[in-house]
Amino acid sequence: MAKVNYEVGKRTPEPSRAGAEDKSATGVLDQEAPEAIDPETLHQENEAVKKAQKSRLEEIDRDTLVSLYHQMLLVRRFEEKSAEAYSSGKIGGFCHLYIGQEAVAIGAISAIRKDDYVLCSYREHAHAIAKGMSPESVMAELYGKAGGCSKGKGGSMHMFDKEVNFLGGHGIVGGQIPLATGVAFASKYKETDQVTLCFFGEAAVNQGAFHESLNMAQLWKLPCIYICENNQYGMGTSLARAMSSQDISQKACAYDIAAEFVDGMDVLAVREATLRAVERARKEYLPTLLEVRTYRFMGHSMSDPGNYRTRAEIERHQERDPIKLFAASLKEQGVLSDTEFQQIEAEVKEQIEQAVLFAEQSPLPAPEELFTDVYANPIKPGKQ
Amino acid sequence: MAVVTMREALNQALREEMLRDENVFLMGEEVAAYEGAYKVTKDLLAELGDKRVIDTPITELGFAGLGVGAAMVGLRPIVEFMTFNFSILATDQIINSAAKMLYMSGGQFKIPIVFRGPGGSAFQVSSQHSQAIESWFAYFPGLKVVMPSTPADAKGLLKSAIRDDDPVIFIEQERMYGNKGEVPDDIDFIVPLGVADVKREGKDATIVARSLMVPVALKAAEILEKQGVSCEVIDPRTIRPLDLDTIIESVKKTNRVVVAEESHPFCGVGAEIASEITERAFDYLDAPVKRVSAADVPMPYAKNLEDLAVPGVEQIVAAVREVAYL
Repeated sequence: MAKVNYEVGKRTPEPSRAGAEDKSATGVLDQEAPEAIDPETLHQENEAVKKAQKSRLEEIDRDTLVSLYHQMLLVRRFEEKSAEAYSSGKIGGFCHLYIGQEAVAIGAISAIRKDDYVLCSYREHAHAIAKGMSPESVMAELYGKAGGCSKGKGGSMHMFDKEVNFLGGHGIVGGQIPLATGVAFASKYKETDQVTLCFFGEAAVNQGAFHESLNMAQLWKLPCIYICENNQYGMGTSLARAMSSQDISQKACAYDIAAEFVDGMDVLAVREATLRAVERARKEYLPTLLEVRTYRFMGHSMSDPGNYRTRAEIERHQERDPIKLFAASLKEQGVLSDTEFQQIEAEVKEQIEQAVLFAEQSPLPAPEELFTDVYANPIKPGKQ
Repeated sequence: MAVVTMREALNQALREEMLRDENVFLMGEEVAAYEGAYKVTKDLLAELGDKRVIDTPITELGFAGLGVGAAMVGLRPIVEFMTFNFSILATDQIINSAAKMLYMSGGQFKIPIVFRGPGGSAFQVSSQHSQAIESWFAYFPGLKVVMPSTPADAKGLLKSAIRDDDPVIFIEQERMYGNKGEVPDDIDFIVPLGVADVKREGKDATIVARSLMVPVALKAAEILEKQGVSCEVIDPRTIRPLDLDTIIESVKKTNRVVVAEESHPFCGVGAEIASEITERAFDYLDAPVKRVSAADVPMPYAKNLEDLAVPGVEQIVAAVREVAYL
């Protein structure tokens, strides 16, 4: 068998709760998603995360830690507000919320530079904000307003901002994976050291686009980091019902790509794994696959009936809420005091209020916008 | 002016544009070491190197999407499909990504990419390798669709397509690569997109033909001339955007139209042209617009059946006589 870069980074050989003490793999779930969990095991899992975070906390400067917490809280509150606005009819169409998965986008994007690239699926509000887009422009896009980041033409699934190299929300499952591979190809072609983060859900792994892209990325040594946010459900179909072999990080073997399995409820674990992948990409033009195990607390979209999983299952995962876990670590280590937590909450509330105010006040796109941006070089046919 | 084949004319366009702009690169199956399944990319690897001329695995969706991603950040990819039959695997990236990116990003991300390769009927390769699918691509706003019929047009239009900032579907005709014609030597020679060409002037009937049907229509026009019917042959060259003004102008003069195409009739480009003529020039028509299309069946292998499936000179002659009430 050809060499496999498995020695790179850490990865649990057998996903199980027994690996909770491992830095990058804690709290892995069973395939069948059990109804309940005994409090003792849960306690052990969370203690393991806190233990792992404690050692990491000491290596990271306070500003970064506070910023990570602030951003996680910001995108949580942003999504809560989005749900509210959707329910009151201010937001239309599809609206896929990120609640529960915050540690993934915030942790990973904190590991890259401003001039690096990010591409996502349609569940990308948090990634957009993490990459540096204003909550105002994202909320206004959700409202379908002219002040939105895509001028109201993209909506929830198609956030873009060229200024911060946020290259979209893409609506076809797995569609962004070849695109991100191409962005990484361009970085190598132009001989820059920019890297590309490509986020997608675990359901996209069953698409040909995933496999075709990983093959090309390793064949041509492209600086793309594939981040599979394994929230364990493709819409209402559980991973166990959709994937014959559910160890996603192991699929990198087929393409001789370095892979890591990461606890997606631990923002620092995600950040660290991404930093390792970024270094490989920047210095050696090498791709990486990260399988980040997480959980979506809300439905697939706002119209999810929720009948495919139990309340107990959701509650069990909510016990491992990435924001609560991180807050507990920050508090225990004395990084933030109760007063400071309250201050951050107040700042976030203010940011969300401003975002909503901006979206409310932003004008609708002008009717003539219907026909703009179809072509970059519009051609009036016929002899001129 | 030198007389060259369509294949050589396309090769010249690729070479000249790649030398002109280092952000232009070419990728596809067998384009480099093999020099192209149809030898359109001959000598390019040797001249430009493997950074610019890239052999891909057989992974059409993957490399089409990779091209679109590269175009988002400033490169100008030319993606060759060995034939457009294989582009069917890549349609998600062409339609959902390339065609719509500029619009859904509110004008932020243009996609300057050319998807090119042979399409249309080929010789005895049966149903999956012999078909005209331009109407699929022409359907979508955001794409431009080009189909040349002469070596000069092929070169000039391909150069324009590569310089264009939008995704361009450039369909060459598999049977026409060896066709010869005069091509201007001037390195700055281009043919603008969106401009039809009157390939033959006439006064009694208009034949609108594209790609392989242009030489067939010109032959039919010669025969009809001898029968006393003067035909004007118009080649739109660009299917989207379509130069309807040139077609309508001709219809107003001749009052009779035949649209010849080697694609299926249902929901085809010919149906669109017929509809536009009806809307814009109904009062000028002396007869209903007549279409000559491929048989509405998958392409058969047997030579005699294949010949029956692809429209030929006789059908066009008969159609013109029909609209002329002869």
